[in-house]
Amino acid sequence: MAHSYTPGLTVTETSVLRKRRLLPIPGTVTVKTGAPVQADTVVARTELAGKVHVVNVANLLGAAPDEIRDYLTKKEGESVARDEVIAESKPLIKWFRTEIRSPIAGKLESVSLITGQVLLREPPKALELLAYVDGIVVEELPSQGVMVECTASLVQGIFGIGGETWGELAMAVRSPDERLAPDHLQPAMKGKIVVGGSFLGADTMAKARETGVAALVVGGIHDKDLRELLGYDLGVAITGTERVGFTLVITEGFGVIPMAAKTFALLAAHEGQKASISGATQIRAGVIRPEIIIPKPSKSATAQPSGTEAEERAGIQAGDQVRVIRDPLFGRIGNVKSLPPDLRLIETESHVRVLEVGFADGSSTVIPRANVELIEG
Amino acid sequence: MTPSSASSTSQQGDHPLSVIIATDCGSTTTKAILIEKVGNEYRQTFRGEAPTTVEAPFEDVTRGVLNAFAEVEELSGRKILDGERIITPAREEQGAKVGVDIYVSTSSAGGGLQMMVAGVVQNISGESAQRCALGAGAIVMDVLASNDGRLPHEKIERIRRLRPDMILLSGGTDGGTVTHVVEMAEYIAAAEPRPRLGMSYSLPLIYAGNKDAQPRIKDILGHKTALTLTENLRPTTERENLAPARNKIHDLFLEHVMAQAPGYKKLIDWAGAPIMPTPAAVGLIMQTIAKRENLNLIGVDIGGATTDVFSVFGETFNRTVSANLGMSYSISNVLAEAGLANIMRWVPFTLEEQTLRNRIKNKMIRPTTIPQTLDELQIEQAISREALRLALIHHKSLATGLKGVQQERTISDIFEQQASGKTLIDMLKLDLIVGSGGILSHAPRRIQSMLMMVDAYEPLGFTVLSVDSIFMMPHLGVLSTVNEQAATDVFVRDCMVYLGTCVAPIGQGKDGERCADYTITFGGNRPLETGTLAFGDLTLLPLGTEERATVELRPAKSVDMGSGKGTPVTREVRGGAVGLLLDGRGRPLQLPSDNQARLKALTKWYHAVDLYPEKS
Repeated sequence: MAHSYTPGLTVTETSVLRKRRLLPIPGTVTVKTGAPVQADTVVARTELAGKVHVVNVANLLGAAPDEIRDYLTKKEGESVARDEVIAESKPLIKWFRTEIRSPIAGKLESVSLITGQVLLREPPKALELLAYVDGIVVEELPSQGVMVECTASLVQGIFGIGGETWGELAMAVRSPDERLAPDHLQPAMKGKIVVGGSFLGADTMAKARETGVAALVVGGIHDKDLRELLGYDLGVAITGTERVGFTLVITEGFGVIPMAAKTFALLAAHEGQKASISGATQIRAGVIRPEIIIPKPSKSATAQPSGTEAEERAGIQAGDQVRVIRDPLFGRIGNVKSLPPDLRLIETESHVRVLEVGFADGSSTVIPRANVELIEG
Repeated sequence: MTPSSASSTSQQGDHPLSVIIATDCGSTTTKAILIEKVGNEYRQTFRGEAPTTVEAPFEDVTRGVLNAFAEVEELSGRKILDGERIITPAREEQGAKVGVDIYVSTSSAGGGLQMMVAGVVQNISGESAQRCALGAGAIVMDVLASNDGRLPHEKIERIRRLRPDMILLSGGTDGGTVTHVVEMAEYIAAAEPRPRLGMSYSLPLIYAGNKDAQPRIKDILGHKTALTLTENLRPTTERENLAPARNKIHDLFLEHVMAQAPGYKKLIDWAGAPIMPTPAAVGLIMQTIAKRENLNLIGVDIGGATTDVFSVFGETFNRTVSANLGMSYSISNVLAEAGLANIMRWVPFTLEEQTLRNRIKNKMIRPTTIPQTLDELQIEQAISREALRLALIHHKSLATGLKGVQQERTISDIFEQQASGKTLIDMLKLDLIVGSGGILSHAPRRIQSMLMMVDAYEPLGFTVLSVDSIFMMPHLGVLSTVNEQAATDVFVRDCMVYLGTCVAPIGQGKDGERCADYTITFGGNRPLETGTLAFGDLTLLPLGTEERATVELRPAKSVDMGSGKGTPVTREVRGGAVGLLLDGRGRPLQLPSDNQARLKALTKWYHAVDLYPEKS
């Protein structure tokens, strides 16, 4: 039979991770296989072509498009300075001369005798690709980038915003069900990855920005606070490029939801250590989850990757710890007691595959299998 | 026999097709169906599915296809694979069923075909180019035009940032000015666009504009893109010629885009017919059915991320894709576009805004979850009504007559002027609505599917509604290119589930006022049914799938059934899994603005048609 899709988030103390670091366009790889790298090490660089500006010389001079070469003072390929004259009319009386100046510094790229326009291009911009995690280069991908490997603790979140950053882990609350309040954020947390508990609101987000924390990790947030933070209603979960002053990772979902005890304990155990964090989320085929990576000091990178990316998951089994991911028990964490093989009729009158989950308080319930996720690792 | 020889065998027609295996490689799931000739007709017999394997760690689409085949093998007892090879032709070996006669497939894996289109005038060549790309099964990432309001550098920046699979450039009528379309080509060249997949190959660009500009376009774009020249898709303002460019899109989709996707070279080799983009195949089967049955139809496929709408009115086929209207990945965007109030108007209970917002976001981040309680089901079905409604509005805006066409006007037009580019979607002339996608195909009760579509589309007069049973329209679309009989046999017998007919008078009145009197004559010994349909009433009468009835409707003075206000109408209607729905709620459909009155109305309607189970 086909495999059933079992979404799961990894929370693991030790894993060998491989991060593929790729340039958007071909460039130069600056590190060699076997080289140790820090999160901020440049591993590859390239040049992004500069912006193009269009100047319609024919229109501005009132000339025919196929005649504009006669008026240009610069040739294709030549450099131009900002406000430098690139074309001028040739009246009998100099006083009536019209000059066209370059709106940018760069070079004159092309001249069109059909449209009468000239294209000017700004100088290329250097793009540096960083390692993002402390580790070792295990593979060079010529002209494209590298594979960096590290042994690390890994926590995958369910949703995040903001890009890659790194810093020291700081625990701001004492338990996974405590809310992260503005008062929890101290000046000493500037540049750090701050871990909260069940929830943070708009006031805490504002304080985080003011304090200058690098990132926040918390169980849940309200959608309305996210909307306020972003300035728009997020339609699809493709994130990572937002600039809100910090990176945000939520581990459980939307609402007030205590962080899974295992996640909280793992992060607390590494308080004070350097971690790399990314809020980038893509919930489509080719799923990307936000992550917190806490590299361990390692001497070599010879271990076989047991990485999260390459491993095919087995299905859920009795005894597994799972998180309920749909109302009415959203956010509850329990253990699988049994997996009845037959389809069951649920309240909606759908016939679905179910499992029985037992909770810490001794209660148990039957839930569609689609509505739980494995806490992996 | 190798897979590649399978294709050559079938194409030569040496073996009549009696066993067909077809797949649709979707973004997340690869779905396989087995079709077998039983007597003189083709029937869909078994199905299997497996996760699509385009992404890491597999990065080979054929793995998922083989897994889906393995499931079909297991269920059907037919040996299809010899290792990783498809056995052809179909035969019996020592009493066991072995092999298939042909394999066909569609694909939307890896995000489907993503295109950018460019024209000169936005609502002339820009729109035609957009219709062309959409009809070919693409998602249109952006439409650029000389007059789109963006400055040149903004256009160039936009082209640079998009990473389409392909660009379609059009503009200018044949023999007309070349300047503007050349200008657009210069912008594209300056942007140096790069393809989405693959770092090193040139981006395919189809030029389908003013033929006189072709030499210039070659100079400008020939060395920067993989340029293909074809006929102008808008040779004159009055004529649209989309077929040549559409065919080129399909060719390039296979040659360039598919060839970059992992495993597709092997898949192309296996298939006995060109692999089609999934929506193009759905469009094809819709057109085939509309032509065969001589009817006007609207088809909708509401998925997790996108909603596709297809229409065939007269000879004209149109397709649109609302890229961010869907029931899981894009569910939050339905809320953003429709607004909370529009969603809540369909929910028969009150719910705090923050709770609803958080629930919708939680579905977005965990898209594979299913409603577990009745409340949750009702909320999802409310959201689907809005997604369907918005996608149809989008479709209506693009499925139009040609814009920019000069119209001859007479003195009478002073009083009634119609702009060119009027929508082609005439709900009164609509015969059939075909719904597809999980929320419609798998609703626990068929009446739920029917009412979601009725509420969202507000059909007028007499309209038949149906759903796709297990989403096999893509398979049948691509199959129709090889064997139309097999495709239509299966479509009619196994794919379409007729729900019944909706009868909806046009007009509005106070609740309880007479809307129309009706007399319904059934076949056999069933007695006549007569009665009065009042405004605010929703009445469901049983009428089975194979049954027909004659409905005579005598509307009130202010009410129109399509033949004029107050004019009686008699029509034969077909039944279905739901039956005959008499909708006296008025058109346009207006829900009470007062919250209590709205809840009362919804509760009354939902009870009248037994929409949901009683809460225990």
